[in-house]
Amino acid sequence: MSLDARRIAELSRKEFVQLLRDVRTRALIFVAPIIQLLLFGYAVRTDIRDTALYVVDRDRTAATRELVDAFVNTGYFRVVGSSDRSADLVRALDAGHAVTGLEIPPGFTRALEGGQPAAVQLLFDGAQSNTATIAQGYAALIVGAYARVHAPPGAASGGIDLRMRAWFNPTLESRHYNVPGVIALLILLMCLTLTSLAVVREREFGTLDQLMVTPLQPREFLLGKTLPVALIALVDLAVITVLAVVWFGIPFRAPILVLIPASLLFILTGIGMGLLISTLAQTQQEAFMTMFLFLLPSIILSGFFYPITSMPVAFQWLTVLNPVRHFLAVVRASFLRGEGVDGLWSEIAALAVIGTTTMAAALWRLRRGPGTT
Amino acid sequence: MTLRRLWAVARKETIQLRRDPRSLALAFALPALLLVLFGYAISLDVRNLDLAVLDQSRSEASRRLLSTFTSSGYFRVVAHLEASADVAPTLERGRALLVLTVPPDFEQRLAAGGGAPVQILLDGSDANTATIARNYAQAIVARFQAGGTLRVEPRTRIWYNETLESRNTIVPGLIAVIMSIIAAMLTALTIAREWERGTMEQLAATPVRRTEVVLGKLLPYVGIGILDVVAAVLAGRLVFDVPLRGSVLLLAVLSLLFLVAALSWGLFVSAALKSQLLATQVAMLTTYLPALLLSGFIFSIAAMPLTLRLVTLVVPARYFVAITRGIFLKDVGLAVLWPEVLALLAFAVGAVGLALRSFRKQLA
Repeated sequence: MSLDARRIAELSRKEFVQLLRDVRTRALIFVAPIIQLLLFGYAVRTDIRDTALYVVDRDRTAATRELVDAFVNTGYFRVVGSSDRSADLVRALDAGHAVTGLEIPPGFTRALEGGQPAAVQLLFDGAQSNTATIAQGYAALIVGAYARVHAPPGAASGGIDLRMRAWFNPTLESRHYNVPGVIALLILLMCLTLTSLAVVREREFGTLDQLMVTPLQPREFLLGKTLPVALIALVDLAVITVLAVVWFGIPFRAPILVLIPASLLFILTGIGMGLLISTLAQTQQEAFMTMFLFLLPSIILSGFFYPITSMPVAFQWLTVLNPVRHFLAVVRASFLRGEGVDGLWSEIAALAVIGTTTMAAALWRLRRGPGTT
Repeated sequence: MTLRRLWAVARKETIQLRRDPRSLALAFALPALLLVLFGYAISLDVRNLDLAVLDQSRSEASRRLLSTFTSSGYFRVVAHLEASADVAPTLERGRALLVLTVPPDFEQRLAAGGGAPVQILLDGSDANTATIARNYAQAIVARFQAGGTLRVEPRTRIWYNETLESRNTIVPGLIAVIMSIIAAMLTALTIAREWERGTMEQLAATPVRRTEVVLGKLLPYVGIGILDVVAAVLAGRLVFDVPLRGSVLLLAVLSLLFLVAALSWGLFVSAALKSQLLATQVAMLTTYLPALLLSGFIFSIAAMPLTLRLVTLVVPARYFVAITRGIFLKDVGLAVLWPEVLALLAFAVGAVGLALRSFRKQLA
């Protein structure tokens, strides 16, 4: 049997009306993603800046002040307090007022000037392991640079001229890396929440039976449910992508030719997942919870927060099934890498396979009668 | 308010929960899934970063430099490149995070004491790992230059989490996220469902008061929440070896406080919106996402711009994440945590108040 475009259009129209007639839903669909992108775009920084530093200077000389200034001048640290008692430093770390502590022992300057080994104590709040890890690296660098400046003349200077360059993201701005992740997350959320309740809602309201007695076929039903959400998700994606580029200044280097098919397939996958959930669930509550069951691993195993390469091998394999991982790879490459998009066709192919499979599964469920077990 | 009517509402809600065994199972499966994923799958592994080497010098000095890199434990050599043409493809294909190039005249220029150039290229597309790698590389080169010992020795100590295990940071924070999810998933639908199904009319016809409905509906979910928290704490302690150094009693009391705040907020959303579709979305936006992204759970609040730091002040999860980390890792008590506790208390009272106010038994 062939598809009837008129019947699909009718159902799509009904879905549109149902979704957009409520001003609150309209706001959720079109305004919420923008607010979220702005909020979360600012939140997802993993590089550090102005890390709270507590100083215990028990030597108090020009040389120790210079060391403290060296910390502050980098911009990575900000002095939140100072004292000459170690106990105060302990209290500041306990209360979370400081993340880093620098303690300079008495006699530091004398040792430094006398050519003796001098030592400083650096403390980090490991309860914030991300910040502590990065702050630790910077602190070591700052002390190292300070040591070189204060090396007595004639000491082994070695003299290596280290030239360091970061490719793809020269300033190592973490926002450039993380905002594409937020975009993928918001679009997936939109697709899932709008569709996972779509079928089960009609069931709970009893309107599914009415639809079943119309000549509408399962395939037409699925398409009619898919099209409006796909259109909404596309509009949202376009809006927040433009916003990410304009507002956050994320570089956009890829040919749009790669991003568009990847986006379409990602949206298709999200909707397929949502519809599948909707045909499996018996109540809206169950659908919503099942959605979380899909959503959580999709986010965590996508490489958004933590790099996939540092996951255990078994989990690395699992991420292959995760559409977010593939979409994120495409989006990040489009935003940052620009060149070498040839390698992205495999990601797009993976998205196509996952997308068709979920859609086919949803269709199969729909034919069997949604909500049956 | 009578205890009997309150109990009746709670019982009715419990029976309804039990009749939906799949949802009930999910209420326990989801936190477990989160624990497994966050506990096992992710870590900010800054050891064994992939390093490719193009050693054109092939001298004693270049080998010494290389071994300074590998013996630090932060880098492992994944490839020895033959020609400079190999450098770009290595980074582009992601085969290594950094490429270290040592030029042919490295040893001679080092001996002459004049700026022997060493080049390090790194893949900046994962800015997080790249920043860490860059800092370590710089520190290692500095150490090499100094002939092994620095004139000013930084003695670094990490407190509360000596090995910088991400898991120790993640698992305590995760408890806040789990509770936010329970609130978003379970309570946010409960009153909206009654409106959609028309059973609100039936409830309205009974003599039950709104305090009784709100508290009665809250009780079963608080029960589920407590079970989830206990399971999460036990798993954190026994399975993931996260140290629990502070008072268990304090943790229990404050978890309950957060639970009441989060669940009441869910009830408020449900009663105010009266639609399950809207309630799910709003609950997600106001509980789960802020708990994940704005609570300091993964992304440090201190690194956010001022406006956003002000926004996080109204995210209850922020205070609870600070509390769980304080109790789990720092062994601090009320003497230190009182500002957070006061904030949670304010949220709990406010959320219960909102839930009561928004819940109109009268039919429109």
